[in-house]
This record gives sequence, structure tokens and C-alpha cells, in this order.
Amino acid sequence: MNTEKSTNSHIYWNPYFGGFLLGIIIIFTFFLTGRGLGASGAMKSSVVTIVDKVAPTHAENNAYYSKFLKEDDTPMNTWLVFEALGILIGAFISGGLSGRISWRVQHSPKITSRRRLLFALGGGILFGLGAQIARGCTSGAALSGMAVLSSGGFITMLAIFGTGYIVAYFFRKNWI
Amino acid sequence: MELLINSGIISSNWDSIIAICIGIAFGFVLESSGFSSSRKMAGVFYGYDFAVLKVFFTAAVVAVIGIYYLDYLGYVNVGELYIHPTYIWGAIIGGAIMGIGFVAGGFCPGTSLCGVAIGKLDAWVYVLGILIGIFIFSELYTFIEPIYTGYYLGNVTLIDSFDWNPYWTIFIFSVIAIVAFVVADFVRKKIKKVFY
Repeated sequence: MNTEKSTNSHIYWNPYFGGFLLGIIIIFTFFLTGRGLGASGAMKSSVVTIVDKVAPTHAENNAYYSKFLKEDDTPMNTWLVFEALGILIGAFISGGLSGRISWRVQHSPKITSRRRLLFALGGGILFGLGAQIARGCTSGAALSGMAVLSSGGFITMLAIFGTGYIVAYFFRKNWI
Repeated sequence: MELLINSGIISSNWDSIIAICIGIAFGFVLESSGFSSSRKMAGVFYGYDFAVLKVFFTAAVVAVIGIYYLDYLGYVNVGELYIHPTYIWGAIIGGAIMGIGFVAGGFCPGTSLCGVAIGKLDAWVYVLGILIGIFIFSELYTFIEPIYTGYYLGNVTLIDSFDWNPYWTIFIFSVIAIVAFVVADFVRKKIKKVFY
């Protein structure tokens, strides 16, 4: 058993164990800070910062960027940005302990790396757009929303997975 | 940031440090559960791996039970917590777009950060895509604004919306999750294995 574990880096935790710990982290986060987790928030701050650096007047005139610009501070100085840095560190430690760190493109043997990267780019664009419209992603809206029985959180979760199952047929070649 | 921190029990200088520590725990659990792998994530839509469903719903059930239990014991007041606001059409349309992005890219933002951390180039490209998506949203904000700010119901919970009893709601939600796990295991046995 032990030898198998050390040779196969793709053995992951029991999903119920992982989910249980994740639930505990969410409880702890709400207890400590009064709000839940998030992931796309940090990316929004990054976009606001980049646009503000490249075209400051444009950022000030845009109704969306200007919401997150502060007079004397950078938009990066938010709770969610530090939390996202933590995600990177935590995932790096976990991947390092299990020997999963390497530069590679992961894709089904039936498709090329190029195709995988194109779909990843397109999927990312859609997810970024959708996460702004819904005011949060799977972590911030769906998971943290459901943890406090938010109606919006449940609607977002149903919309994400419902649409996922509806369109899965059209993307099947990429995965199976 | 409101509760312990704003009430002065923990100084607000600790804010960022707490954020990083919580993030580390979050990232560690996600990566250890296999969420840095897009092929494992996508399995939930094709029935060959239900890790996403199991982790996600176990976390939601544990969190909601824990938070309401702390409320019952008086350590937390659910009314003071931040309730994700409900913008009906924003949630439906945004969620639907995210659903397509999920199946196309095999990640969501949090899990793509895990992929980035362990060197998955597809995750790097996915994060680049998210940044572009947010940029597109911001540039088109005036067109999207009616959906973004309209159909607003407030920071409501299922309890407010349907006038349900919270404890029964949580109990039934837990039962639904358990039924989903059993069905998932049943489906997985029927479906041809995919090795990744």
C-alpha cells in the first residue's frame, strides 16, 4: 500500500475527507471574518490594477473599474488577494509533498496540447465573464453562498452545474 | 473581517496574515483533493469521476451545519454574516456562462490557481483567459449593467425567500447530498473508466 502511494502521484485524498476539511475551513473563515472564501475576486483586483497602470484615466472613467480604485491605496490590498496568494502557496506545498510539480499541459490523449490550450483560454474567458455577472465564482458565490443558505448562492450553483451537464455533450471529445 | 476582527478581539493588522493562512489551507485541501487536475474535475460532467460533486457538497453540508450549530450555541449570529446577494438574472446568466466555461476549460478560478501552483500550463492559460473575461466584462459594463444591478432581491437566504425552517432546510439539503453521492457511485460503476 505504502509503496503504491509513493510511486503514484495521482492518488488523491478521499473526497469526503477533503470536503469535510474544506467545510471546516469555511466555518472558520465565517467565524473569523464574517464572510466566505473567494478566488475570482483576486483576479478582478489584478485586472483593475493592470488597467489602472496602463490607462489611468480610462480606469477612472469606467463605471466598473472606478468602483475598486482607492485614492491612496492599490486595489491589490484586499483580503481576497492575500487569500489567493495563500491558495497558490498551499497548493504548491500539497503538490510538492506528493511529487506533482512539473511544467506540463494536461490533456486527453485524443486531443493535441494546442487544442487543450485553446479550449482552456476560451473556457477561462467565459468563466471570468460569468463570474463578474454573477458576482462570484464557484467559491465565492456558490460554495460560500450555500454555506449560509444564500438564495443567490443556490441559484448560481444550479446554473453552473445545470448548464455544465447540458453542454457537456458538445465538449466530450476533449475529455473522454 | 467584521466579526472577531472588527469587534477588536483580533487587531485588523492581522487581516492579511489571516487571509494568507486561510488561503494556504484552502489551496492545500483543493490540491490534495485532486482539483489541480482538469481531467479529474471534468469527470463530474461525464460520470467517470465525481470528486467535484463529493468534495463540493460535503463542504457545503459541513459548513452550513457548522455555521448554524455555532449560531445555535451563540458563538456566531447568522444574521451578522455576509450573505451573498441575490440578483436573480445575474446569478442565472452568469452561472450559465460559467457552466460552459467550466466544461470547456475544466477548471474554476480557485482550482485553476492550484493548477498554476504546480505548473500546469493549461491552468496558466485558463487564468489568462479569466483575466481577459473580466476585462471584457468591465469594458462592456454599461451594456451588462442592467443585468448586473437589476432583479435584486437583497441579501436573502432560502429561509427568507421561501419562509422555510432553517433546520429542516439543512436536514433536507444534507439528505439530497447523500442521495446524490449514492447515485454518483452507482453511475460511476456503469460508465467506462477513463484513465488520466
